[in-house]
Amino acid sequence: MSRVAVLKGGRSLERQVSLKSGARVQDALERLGHEVLAIDVGPDLVARLHAERPELAFVALHGRDGEDGTVQELLEVLGIPHTGSRVSACIRASDKVLAKHAMRDAGLPTPEFFAFSETAFRELGAAQALPAIEERLRFPIVVKPARQGSALGIKFARTAADVPGALVAAISYDRKVLLERYVSGRDLAVSIVEEDGAPRALPLVEAVPEQEDFYDFEARYEIGRTRFECPAALPAEVTERAQEIALAVYGLLGCSGFGRVDLMLDADTGELQVLECNPIPGLTETSLLPQAAEAAGIEFDTLIERILSAVAVPA
Amino acid sequence: MSPAPRRPRSTARDIERYGALFAQRTKVMKSSAMRDLMALTERDDVISLAGGLPDTSTFPPDSYASLMSAVAAQSCARALQYGPTEGLSLVKGCIGEVMAAEGMAIDPDEVLVTSGGQQVIDLVCKTLIDPGDVIVTEAPTYPGAVPTFCAYEADVVQVTMDGDGMRTDELEATLGELERAGRRPKFIYTVPNFHNPAGVTLSLERRRELVRIAAERELLVLEDNPYGLLRYEGTPLPTLRALDGGEFVIYASTFSKILSPGVRLGWAAAPAPVLAKMNLGKQGADLCSSSLSQYFVSAYFASGPWQNYVRSLIEIYRRRRDVLLDALAEHFPREARWTHPQGGLFIWATLPDYIDTTDLLARALEENVAFVPGRAAYMDGRGGSSMRLNFSGVGEPEIREGIRRLGEVVCEQVALYGTLTGAAPVPKPRQRAAPSPGPAPTAASAPELAKVLPLAAQRRAR
Repeated sequence: MSRVAVLKGGRSLERQVSLKSGARVQDALERLGHEVLAIDVGPDLVARLHAERPELAFVALHGRDGEDGTVQELLEVLGIPHTGSRVSACIRASDKVLAKHAMRDAGLPTPEFFAFSETAFRELGAAQALPAIEERLRFPIVVKPARQGSALGIKFARTAADVPGALVAAISYDRKVLLERYVSGRDLAVSIVEEDGAPRALPLVEAVPEQEDFYDFEARYEIGRTRFECPAALPAEVTERAQEIALAVYGLLGCSGFGRVDLMLDADTGELQVLECNPIPGLTETSLLPQAAEAAGIEFDTLIERILSAVAVPA
Repeated sequence: MSPAPRRPRSTARDIERYGALFAQRTKVMKSSAMRDLMALTERDDVISLAGGLPDTSTFPPDSYASLMSAVAAQSCARALQYGPTEGLSLVKGCIGEVMAAEGMAIDPDEVLVTSGGQQVIDLVCKTLIDPGDVIVTEAPTYPGAVPTFCAYEADVVQVTMDGDGMRTDELEATLGELERAGRRPKFIYTVPNFHNPAGVTLSLERRRELVRIAAERELLVLEDNPYGLLRYEGTPLPTLRALDGGEFVIYASTFSKILSPGVRLGWAAAPAPVLAKMNLGKQGADLCSSSLSQYFVSAYFASGPWQNYVRSLIEIYRRRRDVLLDALAEHFPREARWTHPQGGLFIWATLPDYIDTTDLLARALEENVAFVPGRAAYMDGRGGSSMRLNFSGVGEPEIREGIRRLGEVVCEQVALYGTLTGAAPVPKPRQRAAPSPGPAPTAASAPELAKVLPLAAQRRAR
């Protein structure tokens, strides 16, 4: 058994979710017989890692600095093998703009989009290009920060008048934002865990919001606001196709260990469209990956053990 | 000896298993995303204008010690013992003094001692509310009452306020509508003095209106008055209870802001039948409030003029309020509005409606400043462009610096919106202060600074 540092908390907006994910991971690792060192990451992270010398790090951080390659880079510099995707995959996957460009270039389906930085609006008059963008994408348009999880900062612009406010809101979370064509349909998540060196897609989870027409930050983390169906009630060929696409995206972005790809099943066209790939999906009681694992007969502790064993120890 | 095996944390299936047992009322008790965001506001390096904490740092430790010694010497066994549910008569005497200071005479048996003013809200709901019952409150309302109303599954209808507090004309119209729908509110909840979060005070005329409406329609009013004595300017107004004579008003107050929130001691004064039910409810909740706290408070009142400490707090808070108001005038854009409270702990600022203060909070946290987004004070999604700013919880330099940072972020968003809508370029805010906390530049020096300092929206190195 190993000496594992669980990295959780941190300073991102998803800190509280990460603390919950981290706590569950800690408990599982302890039950599995590992020696666990829990670290709420802060300015003393490197000092603590130097002092405590864990053999492995389980990264249970979400959002900025935890999921975007920052902490992964640090761990690599310190020579501590860690769970999940490595630096470049994290960079690509956690930035929706980079991920979507990669998907588009590889011919994988993702809703049409345009991305801008705040400076494009301030310095290049990009606001004047909005009408053309709006015509291309049609309304409603989804406005999102490029690098933010848990549906924070995602706004719907139903008319042109809504767009500036939606941009101001999204830019509150990230200087880089995207405007994306809205796909109306079913909200699907394909969880992926590696098994014997190969990524395996788990049963699909469908998120069915109880009230709102959109599954927002509040609904995702409250018991009772969203109904989760797992396995999602879909025809077998749709499930297979979704898993195929998800694995292709996971591979394209270079992910490892585990992850979750979120897709929409377009009600109008019957097509699947990839929204994003999450390199460190939530591991809380209401999170999707643990539910998918359970549906596949993989208990939480086993799931955590698998994620841990998938860590590539440098030769 | 090895530690007992820890129970595995619950899986989704466990949640479902227990979920079937949870009472219907808990389904609306949410662990909210806003609470998660708000948890981030408590980091040490964040200037938090979000709290509601009074300043307890000036209470002399040796007074605290000598009061506790006095209690130990005179009343040790009793202070350590259970007390009657309605509270000790010693502390009811103190309550009488505080109420007299606000123009009300009270009989001890009209008073129920509670564990803070919060418990009064809870007991009133427990006593009066069946699921689906209507409560009328102000819009915005005290954010801390929202979870309580939700826990009892009340249907909350909010009536807007202006500079004079709750709009009683709108209240009458609302009550009329409810009546036509066959619905009758169980009570009207109001914070008439230095409203939390709005800062405004219910005018005398409106108080008389509210009392008249309550009497005519035989509706109970829960008058929540934690801040009445924290007045910095203007003339004290009679309480609703004083105007009503105690017939339809349930009066709630607390020692939290005039002495200490840590003692967890408040009280309710209500019509006898209501008080009796509340007493039963309290028995079921916590048997009695802390005897220790009640003896402490009594010893405090016996040790000297309790108003002195209140006066010293008034001085501190008045200065902080003024610093906050000045800082707002200096750093917030002209599109922003804010209230000018005559007392209490809070200012309510409203930004143009294209700014959502929940999103703004995410941005503000990057600059290490925090506030309470307005949505927390509404049950119906309103309040998206407002924010509550507290001035009791941090010192004057922090207030100045916090508002400077916040103003910068707000101006940035106003400017961005202007750019996005193709409006004429928005003029930069009136002045830029130096990055480090210090005396704010005077109006005269500001134009000079504006020429010297670089573009507004650039991020500063910290």
